[in-house]
Amino acid sequence: MKRVKVEDISRPSEKLSELRKEDFKPLPADFADPEATPEFKPLSDEARQKFEATLDDTLALSLPKPKSKEEEDELVARFLSGMEKLFSEENNWTFLQPLLLSMEHCAACHTCSDACHIYEASGENPIYRPAYRSEVFRRLYKKHVKGNGGLLSAWRSGEIELNWTTVARLAELAYRCNLCRRCAQTCPIGVDNALIAHEIRKVFSQEMGIAPREIHLDGSVKQLRTGSSTGMSAEVVKDNIEFIDEDISEKTGLSIETPWDKHGADILLIHNAGEILSWPLNPGAFAVIFESAGLSWTMSSEIAAYDGINYGVWYDDFQFARVAIKHAEAARKLGVKKIVLGECGHAHKALTVIADRVLTGELNIPRESCMVTFWDLISSGRIKVDPSRNDFPVTLHDPCNLVRLMGIVDPQRKILKKIAPRFREMTPHGVENYCCGGGSGFAIMSGHNFADWRAQISGRKKLEQVLNAFKDELDPSVKKYLCAPCSNCKGQLRDLLSYYDVWEKYGILYDGMAELIVNCMTDVEPGFIEWEWH
Amino acid sequence: MSLILLVTYVSAGVFIVAVVSRFVKYASLPIHLRWELYPVAHEKGRAKYGGSYLEELDWWTKPRESSLIGELKVMIPEILFLAGVREHNKNHWLRSFPFHFGLYLLAGLIVLLIVGAVLEAVGIAVSREAGLAGRAIHHLTYIVGWVGLVLGLLGAIALLVRRVFNASYREYTKKADYFNLAFFIVTFVVAVAAHGMADPYFADLRSYAGSLLMFDFDFSARPLLAAEIVLASILVAYVPLTHMSHFFTKWFMYHGIRWSDEPAQRGGKIEGRVEQLLKHRVTWAAPHIRGDGKKNWVDVATSDVVEDRQQ
Repeated sequence: MKRVKVEDISRPSEKLSELRKEDFKPLPADFADPEATPEFKPLSDEARQKFEATLDDTLALSLPKPKSKEEEDELVARFLSGMEKLFSEENNWTFLQPLLLSMEHCAACHTCSDACHIYEASGENPIYRPAYRSEVFRRLYKKHVKGNGGLLSAWRSGEIELNWTTVARLAELAYRCNLCRRCAQTCPIGVDNALIAHEIRKVFSQEMGIAPREIHLDGSVKQLRTGSSTGMSAEVVKDNIEFIDEDISEKTGLSIETPWDKHGADILLIHNAGEILSWPLNPGAFAVIFESAGLSWTMSSEIAAYDGINYGVWYDDFQFARVAIKHAEAARKLGVKKIVLGECGHAHKALTVIADRVLTGELNIPRESCMVTFWDLISSGRIKVDPSRNDFPVTLHDPCNLVRLMGIVDPQRKILKKIAPRFREMTPHGVENYCCGGGSGFAIMSGHNFADWRAQISGRKKLEQVLNAFKDELDPSVKKYLCAPCSNCKGQLRDLLSYYDVWEKYGILYDGMAELIVNCMTDVEPGFIEWEWH
Repeated sequence: MSLILLVTYVSAGVFIVAVVSRFVKYASLPIHLRWELYPVAHEKGRAKYGGSYLEELDWWTKPRESSLIGELKVMIPEILFLAGVREHNKNHWLRSFPFHFGLYLLAGLIVLLIVGAVLEAVGIAVSREAGLAGRAIHHLTYIVGWVGLVLGLLGAIALLVRRVFNASYREYTKKADYFNLAFFIVTFVVAVAAHGMADPYFADLRSYAGSLLMFDFDFSARPLLAAEIVLASILVAYVPLTHMSHFFTKWFMYHGIRWSDEPAQRGGKIEGRVEQLLKHRVTWAAPHIRGDGKKNWVDVATSDVVEDRQQ
């Protein structure tokens, strides 16, 4: 593979790095031969002409090419202005200390590289080293923000040129990281390359108004305006839940009715609204569990409060704060005792951990993971389970946000050990897990050929883990269950398994935790899980 | 020769000022949003698998159990043996560990020299024929000094070789990094020569430590010893001015970020600090923020998105 130096990012060329299937890390099972894997769809000529596409062979941002040198210079100036703001307390108190520490102390030992699933899967492409974009940004910071760009700065911090090529490539490169922070976990000093990618995204979004359409305009903006990134208004979401309740009642033999806007309920349950549209069994299963256990709970029809997503956590502190405040405000209005987060990893982390220092006063309402709630209900016997109904191979995908970034590791394992007799772990798992490849917004980004990149590069390690977890029972006649208690992970796993035709070839189905629990509840009609591809 | 003492005093002063000022700089930065990373070492009973108090039902109603022993169980192997590098990057550890452990031993040498000098100042001889304390210091100084020098030198050479000949490392290595390693190597070589050719038991260095403690500017040294002292003094002053200051800023990385999992309480100290920060006025220019320097964080975060961006 072609070597790429840090300073090469500033040198105009057709492509900084090329993605070739034969370079990628070989997959197990029938995919060991690169020829047996799907083709990596090339970027169209039209896309290359219209957008800044000189980083690699895909596009996440679709950044239009400037029409003139003046426009390029203006964009570079705005980038620099954003960088300066990023290092000021007034504009970035939220992450200033972690950012500065990571800017100042990298020893370039490359320990982070071995931890990165994207770097490994790509066949060790030098631009996907976690340290590559960090080093570019670090040199720009030291030359243009901290120092005066003199010879001493270059001697101490390395060469870099700030031009439009650098800025455009850096914008794309900020979206070649899942922000899973596995690299940070292994850094002996504590440098956090994922944080740096996050902060670079903020410069582009908060100063220049540049972010992937799927996570900004069609994501957080739509959520704040209509109530959900799915576009569902309160009326529509209530209708949909009503349909789900009817279906689930018929399927389970129970009478299920989801409560809405119930003042004084103990629990406000917030789902990722994507579940309601794409995996309706999941919110249905929650309703079955909560109703069967006799919990006092409700959902909210307030704007944004029936959709737990908070895409701002990946790229923009202000969009993040706006959504978090909406969630907390809805809970405050209802007077609930706590918010329980549905199966969505980033919603968990955003509202429970990151927003902890945003939600002050009456907005600081306790937040709890549904994994904790589920385990309490099962371990206390409030819902009765018959594990023999789940007598099929099960493995668990750990959403990074739940495990590495929140430390919620054990409850989901206790549940699976109780309800799934043929449960087996992936290797590695828990806080050392690998990202599904859809983290930080990628699961909902499929423009141009980005879906190919997700399946061939960022999701590759997860596919390897899934196949290895079931390697002794890969026969498609043995139906297998990949439990993924996170909506975004499920979106990525749906695309990933579909891309490689894993359901047909190996009989591996993915779905959530709630479905698996209801599938073995004794007061529910058997056969809750639908063994067909969805 | 009083110039040598002056160099050491100034270097020690620079070291202290640099460490304190960097420490104060990082400590006085504003509280940040939570960004912890598991395992968090002080999570009692849970650190071994990476769990947190968030695994508890109604966690906010229960006392948080924090374990200092848990932290020490991670910190001591991490500091002394670079456990993280050993686990995740064995090849690098084989070079980095001797270098760092050599430096720890040389820091120990300084302590032993000072202790020895104090003993001599109060009339207790330090030599192989001396009493128990003097004999112990004599032998310890010899062992710690030589093992530290040899490990430090070998480690620094191994690191430099890797940075020169391994392309992945070379591409990320700045000229200053080469200089830093070369500086260490030259200092170690001079020290090895100074004590290999004469003063193998570091007695002259102990005399120098005594002169430093007693402000005895009449100290005189052989040229090699003088070179060693000057180089080592400047090196001590130089390290905290560079990214090598990670030897103490790592404390912030771990305690201030990775393990900083304290939840905010209504009306608590964290909330008070955050409320002050939320008053900061913002100037971010994107259309969905329109920070004009008058609106603060609360104003923006509680306002509607007024304008779509161009894309």
